[in-house]
Amino acid sequence: MDLATFLVQCLNALQYGLLLFLVASGLTLIFGIMGVINLAHGSFYMIGAYLAYALAPWVALHLGGGFFTALLLGMMLAVAFGYALEWGFVSYLYEREHLQQVLMTYGLILVFEELRSLLAGDDVHGVKPPDWLTGSVPLGDLMTYPVYRLFMSGVCIAVALGLYVVIARTRIGMAIRAGASNREMVQSLGVNIRFLYRVVFAAGVALAVLAGMIAAPVSSVYPGMGNQVLIISFVVVVIGGIGSIRGAFLASLLVGVVDTFGKVLFPQAAGVLVYVLMAAILLWRPEGLFRQG
Amino acid sequence: MNGRSQKIAAVLCAAALTVTAAAAQAQSKIKVGFMLPYTGTYAALGNAIENGFRLYVQEQGGKLGGREIEYFKVDDESEPSKAVDNINKLIKRDNVDVVVGTVHSGVVMAMAKVAKDTNTLLVIPNAGARAVTGPMCAPSIFRASFSNWQPGYAMGKVAGEKGAKKVVTITWKYAAGDESVEGFKDGIAASGGQVVKELTLPFPNVEFQALLTEIAAAKPDAVYAFFAGGGAVKFVKDYDAAGLGKTIPLYGPGFLTDGTLEAQGASAQGLLTTLHYADGLDLPKDKAFRAAYQAAYKAAPDVYAVQGYDSAQLLAVGLNAVKGDVAKRAELVAAMEKAKIDSPRGTFTLSKSHEPVQDIYLRKVEGTQNKVAGVAVKALADPSPGCKM
Repeated sequence: MDLATFLVQCLNALQYGLLLFLVASGLTLIFGIMGVINLAHGSFYMIGAYLAYALAPWVALHLGGGFFTALLLGMMLAVAFGYALEWGFVSYLYEREHLQQVLMTYGLILVFEELRSLLAGDDVHGVKPPDWLTGSVPLGDLMTYPVYRLFMSGVCIAVALGLYVVIARTRIGMAIRAGASNREMVQSLGVNIRFLYRVVFAAGVALAVLAGMIAAPVSSVYPGMGNQVLIISFVVVVIGGIGSIRGAFLASLLVGVVDTFGKVLFPQAAGVLVYVLMAAILLWRPEGLFRQG
Repeated sequence: MNGRSQKIAAVLCAAALTVTAAAAQAQSKIKVGFMLPYTGTYAALGNAIENGFRLYVQEQGGKLGGREIEYFKVDDESEPSKAVDNINKLIKRDNVDVVVGTVHSGVVMAMAKVAKDTNTLLVIPNAGARAVTGPMCAPSIFRASFSNWQPGYAMGKVAGEKGAKKVVTITWKYAAGDESVEGFKDGIAASGGQVVKELTLPFPNVEFQALLTEIAAAKPDAVYAFFAGGGAVKFVKDYDAAGLGKTIPLYGPGFLTDGTLEAQGASAQGLLTTLHYADGLDLPKDKAFRAAYQAAYKAAPDVYAVQGYDSAQLLAVGLNAVKGDVAKRAELVAAMEKAKIDSPRGTFTLSKSHEPVQDIYLRKVEGTQNKVAGVAVKALADPSPGCKM
């Protein structure tokens, strides 16, 4: 591998890692702060991608807007959807065992998959990126790098910064962190913890939906796309330390690097390298890189 | 009653039973068991295959070999771990005379094992796993579709003829991908080129960027890719977005662009692929088939519908030869082996290993169609290594 190729591979690793973070951040919020094992997280990602596919023509026709109008609308729908879902299902899970949480959220996967099949069919569909992001930057003498991928990375960095500021620097972030440590105590201090959790869950769903919508032009939309994302997201969350945004960020980049270079250097073992990494880190630090609370 | 008359009575009884059984056989229906995916990702393929099969039977007045056909259905869910149970439902519970299935290669391997062990007649309407007509081949197992090796070989030959000397292949690391690449290597070796690098990634991973960078660094004359469904869409788009589409020709088996062109859009235009079926074949049989299918199901047929239709045709040849008497298995199999099927894809015969010997078309993507651009290899037969029959 010469230097130019190596640098391009580093860029690939960074870009993949950032996208992983976007998906995994919502999971670590819900899993770490609310203590709910949410297997349906991959479904939210899938719903996001299908929203991007379904909303684009509708938005263009009725609102005259483009990609970003659809994105905004999708996010609003996602927050409302997440809020309703917490109210209707997830709020009953906090005091229950993990097994029951797994059963409930696994059931949700089946329901969402079937609804997807009924509403959108089982075909693969493409989603167009906005016109001004379709170009590409030359890279080396043969390759070019699509501008849209750079844009995706930008969005991921912005979300990472935004999450960090909200969780670490604001009052609501403080209440969320406190709620993760001791729910009852925070409640007795006069914080409406039910509402707070509802908001956190909605935010987690919105992050997954955002990831799905942003990724749709690159990944296309197809049945079962959420399940692939779910497993790797759990790997990221576990490596990073459950509930830690900073940990998820570092873990995403780490997984990005291992996956990218693993595919190139050890193609025979590429499928397991990420899990080997996870096992090694758990041996070294059983709670992950940064355990919260 | 003494011993002697008892014996006579027993013989008479047995004779009477045989006669009634034979009579029942002549009148009863032939039981066809569909073991196909009716749910999940491949549901559309399963339905197309069944529709194609039923269309041919309807055209024959609902009868094959003079007997009416009764259908049984099992949803295989494309789930290899349930395959043995599922095929046994058809064989043991429903007592079917022939099993038709399936799409998924892993499922078909388990089915073939059971069919071989129980000597059940099996007609495979899609799955291209080579082993089924290779080491696992059996007199009772027929395939009416293709082997994964065939389109790969044809593409390899064409790539070599177009002057590609050094080619990089890329696929998921699983049986179908390996078999397709094997075919490509055999094909390009026959026309003067070679594969210099085989890239793989775990199924069903779709993060191609790292390997696309490797391709750019290797600077090959061409790339051969085996992917299907969502992975095919993403690969073709990523390949184009990485700027490789302009400089390094991308080749693949037909699955790279079949049923995915709407999603692939501009990035797939002009791609060359090989398959045993194509859009715009100027064959009377194809035109008639397409019109009949459209009229019956209000939908355009695809390659899977063709394969379902041909499965029924192949079975019909056998059943007609024995006039519907499925007990005459040896004659039935012998007739099917010699069959010349007038398929919408063009006429094909069967190889010794019960695999279609067929023309593989070169196709070019135009709009949302895989337009035929000639015949890549005429009457191509998979050598089916390992088949002793």
